[in-house]
Amino acid sequence: MMDRPHLRISSAWAFLAPALLLIAVFFFLPIFAALLLSFTDFDIYALGDLDRLRFIGFNNYLQLLQSPLFWTALGNTFYFVMVGGPLSVGISLGAALLVTAPLTRFPGFFRAAFFLPVVTTLVAVAVVWRYLYHPRYGLLNYLLSLVGVDPIDWLGDPNWAMPAIILMAVWKNFGFNMIIFIAGLQNIPTQLYEAARIDGAGAWRQFRYITLPLLGPTFLFVALMTMIGYFQVFAEPYVMTQGGPANRTLSVVLLMYEEGFRWWNMGYASAVAFVLFALILAGTMLQLKLRRREPS
Amino acid sequence: MSIGTGRQLFRLSLCLFAALWLIGCGSAADRPIVVEFWAMGQEGEQVRALLPEFERRYPDIRVRVQQIPWSAAHEKLLTAYAGDAMPDLFQLGNTWIPEFVALRALAPLDARLKTWPTVALADYFPGILATNRLDRQTWALPWYVDTRLFFYRSDLLAKVGFTEPPATWDDWLQAMARLKTLGGAERYAILLPMNEWQLPVILALQQGATLLRDRNRYGHFQDPRFREAFVFYLSLFDEGLAPPVSHGQMANIYQEFANGAFAVYVSGPWNIGEFGRRLPATVQNQWMTAALPGVSLAGGASLALSRTSPRQDAAWKLLEYLAQPEQQARFYQLTGDLPARQSAWSAPALASNRYAQAFRQQLQHVQPTPPIPEWERIANRIAYYAELAVRREMSIDEALAALDRDVDRILEKRRWLLAQSLTP
Repeated sequence: MMDRPHLRISSAWAFLAPALLLIAVFFFLPIFAALLLSFTDFDIYALGDLDRLRFIGFNNYLQLLQSPLFWTALGNTFYFVMVGGPLSVGISLGAALLVTAPLTRFPGFFRAAFFLPVVTTLVAVAVVWRYLYHPRYGLLNYLLSLVGVDPIDWLGDPNWAMPAIILMAVWKNFGFNMIIFIAGLQNIPTQLYEAARIDGAGAWRQFRYITLPLLGPTFLFVALMTMIGYFQVFAEPYVMTQGGPANRTLSVVLLMYEEGFRWWNMGYASAVAFVLFALILAGTMLQLKLRRREPS
Repeated sequence: MSIGTGRQLFRLSLCLFAALWLIGCGSAADRPIVVEFWAMGQEGEQVRALLPEFERRYPDIRVRVQQIPWSAAHEKLLTAYAGDAMPDLFQLGNTWIPEFVALRALAPLDARLKTWPTVALADYFPGILATNRLDRQTWALPWYVDTRLFFYRSDLLAKVGFTEPPATWDDWLQAMARLKTLGGAERYAILLPMNEWQLPVILALQQGATLLRDRNRYGHFQDPRFREAFVFYLSLFDEGLAPPVSHGQMANIYQEFANGAFAVYVSGPWNIGEFGRRLPATVQNQWMTAALPGVSLAGGASLALSRTSPRQDAAWKLLEYLAQPEQQARFYQLTGDLPARQSAWSAPALASNRYAQAFRQQLQHVQPTPPIPEWERIANRIAYYAELAVRREMSIDEALAALDRDVDRILEKRRWLLAQSLTP
């Protein structure tokens, strides 16, 4: 067998074929179709009769870049990524450190409790959070009133809606990153800490010079996954605010959904999707580059 | 696996499929026809109560009701169309009809309506029935009707000298100016949520504006008639008669209406029930409805048959049944939705509802919005620019020019289709 490499290759193909076929049909084909779609004006008319479809080149992209609504959505999405992303990573790391700390009692319980929101359906979570955020009867405003803060219309006020969404999203998602951080923390050999302690390093120095550098790869992974996920924020504003008030929580994916499934401008919506893809790709490249430049 | 076993497996599965198919067919003849019926929100829930009687009258037809939330209804119907999974009979907002006609998703009803006595069609509110017709064909039948008019606090209006509701806009303005003087910093006369397009459009229709021009191919919003209506709408905010808020910002309109933060509200029939349920007892007899001085919108929901349905005859029987005045009256009692057939209005429950009478009056004076698939988007833009103008982020002329520009862009496809003499 070993002396007939072509047989090896063909049997490798045979084993790979089912998986490749599935990926091609359910992944690459739709992406390619969407790319084609983004150069057409596929809309409600074309849906009824394909004679009414036009190829319009880059018009969708040009229109998109001229549309104030797209820039609003992009600004909101960046707000969500820039504020929510670091917040989520920071809180996950903090929670991971607390859960793995030797003094913590019942670490299993806390790990499960912090992870619970991740596996809860978002719609159920959103219903509960809408109660928490209710301007008059909400728990949050009640707690704030105890320290003398005036009631805030969390989801109705244009300035508070996005922070409210971020808060909920971070609470919902941080458990996942926490689990990954815990795995990363457990991979750090304990001898290093022992050695550092003998050298007289305190808790902060141990964290700064052992934990953080050795968590590097985990950090990169978590930061990337969070960024990619947060760029695609959709369900939170869709369920909580429908993009309002005054478009302040309209995200790029929500815009894509509205264009595609509310107005049925599939061509335009596909263009939105590809612009978002380009942005995420650029963001990922940038992060990888920044990491690589750091001395390991 | 050898080729032989593969072929055997193939044969086996073929036999299995054939057997299943035979089982499926064998009993089809004596099994009732199942009509798939999609209805929205509370209508989808309440209409079930009307169905046992229908199934008793037509033992060979069974109805499967699928309830869809209003917020997702439009998307679900479009997705069903794209996925070739349309229900046989479905409810749709009457402003969606042009869109579904453009999709060729609806079965025309004229041939079937020929069997109806002429009085039956004349029994519909003419302005509402008109929204179900397009290109000289009837595509759907109104199920219940909807329009906008005044809900007002009769006690507060009496306090400022109006024991009867004003009949002209001038009188309403005077009444609202006096309401504003009743005092209190948080007191306004009228609530007009900024994210609603309805009132600016109603005012424009009352001015005789056409909204669009050249066979609905371009926006016509810089037209003096539309401009006049727009200026009037903005003046309600400028003079402090209406608070500059959108829907989301009003925590509870019923509470605000009850404590007099505003005394007038332009809204639709669903609020008859809501006001009855949600207003505190102290103001229960202190509010009333009144027709607008002029036309209002011809709204409502209709029932239509899917063009591709193989069960159109059975679905039509159900549509006919739901269109009967007795069923319309029962449906009103179940839902509070106002019947589309005028004869159903003489049913005691509706005739004795004093809040509904202004609607009956208003429904004689309704006008449709432009019957094109793009209307919903255009209406959205109207609300958007009206809000910017209210917030003074744009001047009136800038807002109207931008509106025309946006609408012209939205209508570009329609112009192209007409130029190619393709039917839009």
